[in-house]
Amino acid sequence: MFVELNNLLNTTPDRAEQGKLTLLCDAKTDGSFLVHHFLSFYLKANCKVCFVALIQSFSHYSIVGQKLGVSLTMARERGQLVFLEGLKSAVDVVFQAQKEPHPLQFLREANAGNLKPLFEFVREALKPVDSGEARWTYPVLLVDDLSVLLSLGMGAVAVLDFIHYCRATVCWELKASILYLMQGNMVVLVHDSGDAEDEENDILLNGLSHQSHLILRAEGLATGFCRDVHGQLRILWRRPSQPAVHRDQSFTYQYKIQDKSVSFFAKGMSPAVL
Amino acid sequence: MAAVATCGSVAASTGSAVATASKSNVTSFQRRGPRASVTNDSGPRLVSIAGTRPSVRNGQLLVSTGLPALDQLLGGGLAVGTVLLIEEDKYNIYSPLLFKYFLAEGIVNGHTLLVASAKEDPANILQELPAPLLDDKCKKEFDEDVYNHKTPESNIKMKIAWRYQLLPKMEIGPVSSSRFGHYYDASKRMPQELIEASNWHGFFLPEKISSTLKVEPCSLTPGYTKLLQFIQNIIYEEGFDGSNPQKKQRNILRIGIQNLGSPLWGDDICCAENGGNSHSLTKFLYVLRGLLRTSLSACIITMPTHLIQNKAIIARVTTLSDVVVGLESFIGSERETNPLYKDYHGLIHIRQIPRLNNLICDESDVKDLAFKLKRKLFTIEWVQDNYLRQERNIYPPGFSYLLKQKDSAWGEGSLQHSTFLMSFLAKATAFASRLVRHSEPLKQNGSGRIRQAAGPRLWHDGRRQEAPGLLGIPP
Repeated sequence: MFVELNNLLNTTPDRAEQGKLTLLCDAKTDGSFLVHHFLSFYLKANCKVCFVALIQSFSHYSIVGQKLGVSLTMARERGQLVFLEGLKSAVDVVFQAQKEPHPLQFLREANAGNLKPLFEFVREALKPVDSGEARWTYPVLLVDDLSVLLSLGMGAVAVLDFIHYCRATVCWELKASILYLMQGNMVVLVHDSGDAEDEENDILLNGLSHQSHLILRAEGLATGFCRDVHGQLRILWRRPSQPAVHRDQSFTYQYKIQDKSVSFFAKGMSPAVL
Repeated sequence: MAAVATCGSVAASTGSAVATASKSNVTSFQRRGPRASVTNDSGPRLVSIAGTRPSVRNGQLLVSTGLPALDQLLGGGLAVGTVLLIEEDKYNIYSPLLFKYFLAEGIVNGHTLLVASAKEDPANILQELPAPLLDDKCKKEFDEDVYNHKTPESNIKMKIAWRYQLLPKMEIGPVSSSRFGHYYDASKRMPQELIEASNWHGFFLPEKISSTLKVEPCSLTPGYTKLLQFIQNIIYEEGFDGSNPQKKQRNILRIGIQNLGSPLWGDDICCAENGGNSHSLTKFLYVLRGLLRTSLSACIITMPTHLIQNKAIIARVTTLSDVVVGLESFIGSERETNPLYKDYHGLIHIRQIPRLNNLICDESDVKDLAFKLKRKLFTIEWVQDNYLRQERNIYPPGFSYLLKQKDSAWGEGSLQHSTFLMSFLAKATAFASRLVRHSEPLKQNGSGRIRQAAGPRLWHDGRRQEAPGLLGIPP
């Protein structure tokens, strides 16, 4: 969790908003530091986190998490974190026939299927346990990253359907017996391909942009590579359900990633330049 | 604190160490050191594998790519468990060289090789590997090259041109398996006894495609499916994924896949824009990466990306690979006859470097790199010399410059040339600063753009014609 980013977003782990979909987007740069931020943020906020990590292995996130002050292994052991490691599961799915449906079952299918098994996995993971006392505050679904699903043969519509189902489950759900509003949060990462003319990716990105409450867009600098300023972060708050009476707020900051933190500053005010 | 502990433990260990893991869960991404290993073994066993070393930044186990210059640009080497994707140059002349250097490095270090190709028999590929440079022949070999008589100078720490210390010097040392990167002689073949002593597996697609190897149904093209099955078999049988804890000596598996994505593999992404198999290649890369992450292996893939019709696939392939290096040769382009590039054969672009176990990566600051294949050696150099700056029109006066010497630092005849140019530039700089101080502010046309860079016309008549706008007279 980066303290400066918390200040910019005006949140702390104690009083974060619920029922929100946050879209992380990166263009021409690597936006994975935002994923690490939200992962450690929600673990510190004592939420139940389901992390669908499709692009890197568990040890990568856990080592970076240790730098940011959370221990993923311990969170997984005590049940706070449910981790789906995409790379390892893909090997299992492709090389061994599975008896029960596997979350990444679509890798075995030739035609573009749907992501229903993955959704079942998420729902199972974030189901509130009827143990009486509420151990965790609210559920959170974190996906890193959705563009990989397009590369693996899913259509953009199938991925949007998956997000819609997840949102309906995670952000609002009524249990049959108890009126229990599971107001959770969702954070997804999508790559912006820019001028690579990836139509499916553009459909996915536009569709998610219209649904999300907060968009964090990490862009590379237009002038190219710089050692002191790694990129630019655009923060956009939206109110998707209400009509756009008032304008959405948008801020732009530049950032530099360091070993354990990220420092943010206004455009052109990098300490190296001043 | 955590980083310091790792560095401390790395410094204390004798060589590169791999935390041996219990069960079958070995990944190269586990942190070294007693406090991070969650093993059932009694204490951490410091097993050092030949030809590997831990990364300075995050303790990641690295292997050499066969080119020490490329290793330096990638931040020390290629991390074990990752994919190095080489985007082939247009006529596929230089990318097979990088492929062969990678495999030759594996043979010299005693690693196991897995060579997959749809075009050439892997046995033939291995016959054509370059020979490593050995110490007993080196003095004779380099008499024609001019490196040896400059070695005392090359040890002097460079003060002004300190950036060039990043470039590797020609170390003519003995080739032993404890060294990390080796130099190879592209004009000679690897000795037969070294090839025969090595452990290698070949996958030649025309042979394997007709075999009745039992294959799980998958949605990839048959060629890719068979290749994945083959790789997975080798990894499992030879214990690279830690499934066989009785093996005494751990080793690295180096996988080389040539021309992946070309029509010879049965894939049509190079032929049609929206073929039926448009997801085959990306799925293959994903599953391959999954296999690599859970085993002690490193993979090099050469891919003819210039042939891929659908640009979106190139972007996806780049995202799914870890390290991406692009080669652009000058053959057939207008740069071939350009005197600026007459020493070089092409440009090399480091397009992507992964961030592994870290928020940041070791991205090198130098972005303009060119390669050349001299008679024997493949070298990568920084081409940011003054001629390239003029090509780009960014030559404001009054600044000091890092001047690349015309030949390399230990080449012959370079000293005179460089001092001439330095004095030439120094005069121009002094001239320019004199003019700046005493002249009126130049007229700005309002857009604030630099109208024309100061070029040779600075000293023809001693007056500035049009120069980058300098706004005020300094007091």
